[in-house]
Amino acid sequence: MAESGMVIIGAGEAGARAAVELRARGWPGTITIVGEEKWGPYERPPLSKRQLLADDEQTPVHILREEMLVEHNIRLLTGRPAVHIDRSGHFVEVADGSRLRYERLLLATGARPRKLPIAGPVGEKLIYLRTFDDALNLRPRLAAGRRIAVIGGGFIGLEVAATAVERGCAVTLIEIGPRILMRAVPSEIAALMEARHRAAGVTFKLGAGLERIAETADGFELLLADQTVVRCDEVVIGIGAVPETTLAAECGLEIENGVKADERLATSDPAIFAAGDCCSFPHVRYGGRRIRLEAWRNAQDQGIHAAGNMLGANEPYRAIPWFWSDQYDLTLQVAGLPEFGVSTAVRELGGSAKLMFHLEEDGTLAAVSGIGPSSAIAKAVRIGEKLVERRASIDAVRLADPGVKLKSLL
Amino acid sequence: MTAEDWIEACAAADIDDEDVIRFDHGDRTFAIYRNAKNQYFATDGFCTHERVHLANGLVMGNLIECPKHNGRFDITTGEAKRAPACEKLNTYPVKVEAGKVYIRID
Repeated sequence: MAESGMVIIGAGEAGARAAVELRARGWPGTITIVGEEKWGPYERPPLSKRQLLADDEQTPVHILREEMLVEHNIRLLTGRPAVHIDRSGHFVEVADGSRLRYERLLLATGARPRKLPIAGPVGEKLIYLRTFDDALNLRPRLAAGRRIAVIGGGFIGLEVAATAVERGCAVTLIEIGPRILMRAVPSEIAALMEARHRAAGVTFKLGAGLERIAETADGFELLLADQTVVRCDEVVIGIGAVPETTLAAECGLEIENGVKADERLATSDPAIFAAGDCCSFPHVRYGGRRIRLEAWRNAQDQGIHAAGNMLGANEPYRAIPWFWSDQYDLTLQVAGLPEFGVSTAVRELGGSAKLMFHLEEDGTLAAVSGIGPSSAIAKAVRIGEKLVERRASIDAVRLADPGVKLKSLL
Repeated sequence: MTAEDWIEACAAADIDDEDVIRFDHGDRTFAIYRNAKNQYFATDGFCTHERVHLANGLVMGNLIECPKHNGRFDITTGEAKRAPACEKLNTYPVKVEAGKVYIRID
């Protein structure tokens, strides 16, 4: 076995950023990323949007280009999953039989799509979207005139619906909950996004449980709980993701809605850290509430942060959760955790643009959410994020008044 | 250089203190900035990482932050200051005369 170094399991956003940061902070030894996919780390946000539209894009947008790997001397092993972690021996076993000894190990294993519990040949024809190869598989199926059923009104489902409509498909979106975006977005904002989808021609079946999917001569037939039938050519499933914890559980690390980490992103083994979609951690800004985030920025920030702590920085992770979703000409953004708010100040920006400030009992700002064209809300949400970070306490009347410049509140 | 090389972009007062606006000219897009010291700068309008309008981002000191991926650039030099931005932005000369902002595009 070669020299002991820094090993990162998972060649996604978090793993890639961690590798670069380890080198930037001066780690002199080896840095190895082990990835299951054949591709090196790439950007996932475009998979449900631009890369479903652009027929000529045959490769993903790489995060670590060849020259960066060389410059930072990062070893990238793709197409071979890590299969075992030996904690007492401090090594990782890779599918090709090789062993990687580690000083510190980072688990950046991500999440995998939650599967519909449908077995058999029909189950194999359902489409999930997580990887670039998934996007390549889906793209030609979204041809003009085709009937697409999307199961799940979360971000992936909605972004695929918007893209499919843009390609000229007829889209029906089926959601078991009473509205779309139940989990992460306030209802007023979700309602504006739903209206935008309806205007584009998407048919919604809300509060609609799925009873059965059957294959027909020309596609699929979906039977809903209320006995309505939806006929379609393709079924795309976006019902959430499950943190990838197989390796962590197998080697006895604590698991709690993901790989359980502390506020420094260390797992129950001090030599092993976790970052990104697979990692649950207590958030210091929110009273130590244990959360897990499936978001691009969190993966980036946690990868960078974990790298520092792998080298002994010993800092709690404090970044405010933030995510966006682009659908049609609208962007939706949330900074902070809206469920920590007990009251709301709404700032109407005209048209379908709106900001909501979620205030805690004592008036501090817990979160900001917004929807509208990017030009209308992006700056505001970013300023809001800074206010959340500072635990600013701001009069609700001023927050709601479009005449008050948000920057003046910083 | 002749007087014609300078293009009138906006009124100086159109840009708030420590802020940025988008300026489209022909088929190109630019970002024009004013910092807290009342100095004006201009760069390409799109982030070098993805085609995102920097004018929707936040100016902090002499840095512009991309509104989508939080890459940062120095508005005075165009230099990339934070990942995922790694490629420099083009910058353009700016002058303010009689309350108007002019930029010179190559």
